Amino acid sequence: MAIDWSQYRAEGLYDELVDADGHLRPPARVLCEYLASLDGAELAELKSAAELAIQVMGITFTVYSEGNNIDRAWPFDIIPRIIHRREWERTQAGLEQRVRALNLFIQDVYNDQKIIKDKVFPGELLKNSRNFRKQCVGHSPPLQVWAHICGSDLVRDRDGTLYVLEDNLRVPSGVSYLLENRSVMKRVLPELFENNTILPVDDYATQLFDMLASISPRPMDYPEVVVLTPGIYNSAYFEHAYLAQQMGAELVEGSDLVVGDDDCVYMRHIEGLKRVDVIYRRIDDWFLDPEVFNPESTLGVPGLMRAWQQGNVGLANAPGAGVADDKVVYAFVPEMIRYYLAEEPILPNVPTYLCMHDEEREHVLASLEDLVVKPANESGGYGMLVGPKSTAKERKKFAELIRQDPRNYIAQPTLALSTTPTFCEDAVEPRHVDLRPFILQGDGTYVTTGGLTRVALVRGSLVVNSSQGGGSKDTWIVDLPDAATDQQ
Amino acid sequence: MLSRVANNVYWTSRYLERAENTARIVNVHGNMLLDLPSSLGVGWEPLLAITGSGELFYRHYRNADERNVVKFLLTDTRNPGSILMSLASARENLRSSRDIVPRESWEAVNDCHRFARERVEEGITKRNRYEFTKHIMRVIQQVSGFLDGSMSRDIAYCFVRMGRHMERADMTSRVLDVRAANLLPPADRGDGVSQDPLVNTQWMSVLKSVTAYQMYRQHMRFRVTGPDVLRFLLQNREFPRAFFFCMDQLEHVLKELPHPEAALRRVARLQRRIQSADVHALAERGLHEFIDDLQIGLGELHGDLDALYFRGTPAPETAGD
Repeated sequence: MAIDWSQYRAEGLYDELVDADGHLRPPARVLCEYLASLDGAELAELKSAAELAIQVMGITFTVYSEGNNIDRAWPFDIIPRIIHRREWERTQAGLEQRVRALNLFIQDVYNDQKIIKDKVFPGELLKNSRNFRKQCVGHSPPLQVWAHICGSDLVRDRDGTLYVLEDNLRVPSGVSYLLENRSVMKRVLPELFENNTILPVDDYATQLFDMLASISPRPMDYPEVVVLTPGIYNSAYFEHAYLAQQMGAELVEGSDLVVGDDDCVYMRHIEGLKRVDVIYRRIDDWFLDPEVFNPESTLGVPGLMRAWQQGNVGLANAPGAGVADDKVVYAFVPEMIRYYLAEEPILPNVPTYLCMHDEEREHVLASLEDLVVKPANESGGYGMLVGPKSTAKERKKFAELIRQDPRNYIAQPTLALSTTPTFCEDAVEPRHVDLRPFILQGDGTYVTTGGLTRVALVRGSLVVNSSQGGGSKDTWIVDLPDAATDQQ
Repeated sequence: MLSRVANNVYWTSRYLERAENTARIVNVHGNMLLDLPSSLGVGWEPLLAITGSGELFYRHYRNADERNVVKFLLTDTRNPGSILMSLASARENLRSSRDIVPRESWEAVNDCHRFARERVEEGITKRNRYEFTKHIMRVIQQVSGFLDGSMSRDIAYCFVRMGRHMERADMTSRVLDVRAANLLPPADRGDGVSQDPLVNTQWMSVLKSVTAYQMYRQHMRFRVTGPDVLRFLLQNREFPRAFFFCMDQLEHVLKELPHPEAALRRVARLQRRIQSADVHALAERGLHEFIDDLQIGLGELHGDLDALYFRGTPAPETAGD
């Protein structure tokens, strides 16, 4: 069935490609008109070409519970999400500002704690923060950067405002899908890339390598950079292998590395031991070094923290960076931006209630039905309560959890997440999306052009995580001549 | 190259070779039994001896009959050396180093493993066994073709060859040890050549167990005799599954790798041992002890490779012995 845009409506929601009156938004016009010119068979062909490309390219992800069948094809929708370049530039500036402030915050809490002394940030939050690492106190990594790679989740509300939903500072994943989605689209719809100004995304691996090289303890042109993966059963293994390959770096597991008597890190090579300068680690802090953290961990490297503290190896992200990847700390980011940078935040936070504050907690407990409740330290959409979709029993359970450990919970209003046209069974329908751009900070700051658009493939669902029925789309940042924009 | 990756590639190669070899000996043995009177009582036990898995077998089965032994060698998940488990191990080893090998070979291994798993039941019936083992051999040959045809002759390829030739040398020596033990004439007969057609049938199956029959005929142009089979399978320099040939290949491979000295010395000792062997005397007595020696040598060689390349610690200086 061909697409008839006049029939497409996202009732009461903000749609990324079609405005409230049913008009195509200017940056999306070329794409939408092209798609409308295709008949049903051509559309079906397009869809299967994309599916084939994904299989051929071997893009997969892993779901923890699937036992032996660990590879699954990545669900992908061929209709891209489109953002105007002007809006993106503002967003980009907002993200850079945010990551700079977050890094200053992490450096500060592990050192002088000025922000606590100045009573901008409550110090007691650190005491029971699950991601505050006392082993990092007093340490100052190269360039004083802790969160080298950040994946921030952006969502758009009904009125079109983009909010930052969370900042992932531990081991954010998804960037490989961002890059692969673009390759798939270029294979499937080359003509649109010829006739549109769609900004390229493909310098990420180079930027990532340069950033990692910038934290090398040994200044040289080609420091030995490795990607440390927990192994093939990790859900993001595809990405680890992909990034290592794109950077020309070795993909290593914990057992491939050893810390020598000189407190330097080496990898086990067939030629013998070879010094490693920088580790892009995709393993959580807790598993990084059994001498310091979880003694049972076989994923990590004994002595790695020692090597890092001595300044003999660069770790990205730095251990302890997760202290700012906490949904309670999140609530303070706008204040951090004002405090450290003396600037107004460019991107707003989603309004957040902290259950640690009596008044806010009472409000949360009284309005559980309307709110989303999140634990401070979970990711991937686990352990949440989505008020409007919850049962009385679930609400009761969460009320109990909140009372037991108020510090660990925040609540936010349920946003009316924006939608974008998505291929469903046999028609194009609106589906909810978010956006995860990646920000790199080394001696400079870099933001991916656009980000990974994740889409909830189930009608009405707000859950975009790939582990829970989400898929993804290519994200186009489109440049338009001014005249075209003005018609908006 | 990372030690772990080298180790994975080496073992992938060994497991593939092992699966192929196991498929072949089951196939050849079944064929041979059809030609031998059952009164001879050869049975299926020799296959357990060749694969060195008798002890494990009797932990799970009471009788070494056709059905049990074939199931055990083809698809038993409790036997790490079964075809199914060898393929599973090859696949697991390859999975984390699949960037190293041509994509088609990964897909073929994957597919072959799926084939074996799906045919667990039908593959072991007498009727389907031939097709099953042929298919396994064909796909693994295909994988070897992909590797040989599209891999750069770099370090990774060295480890592919290394695994292949180690496994072949191992299999050839095991086949000789077990098969020949029953066939060599008792010392008192003294002529070394058997007139018994059944014994000849069995010597032919020794050759066929390592795909050597056709090449043997071309090379020896002579009827199949014990000492000649020993000479061909131990000392031939051209046949790819002859022990000496495998040592030659290992020598070449090692010379392309860093600090190979300790392993090269071991290979040289094995080469000398084989060259100086008197096949006529061995056909009389002492073959088992001789092959035991080779097996020990292979085990030590593997230990050297492990220490030199797979543990990734600085090369230990192994003494002259």
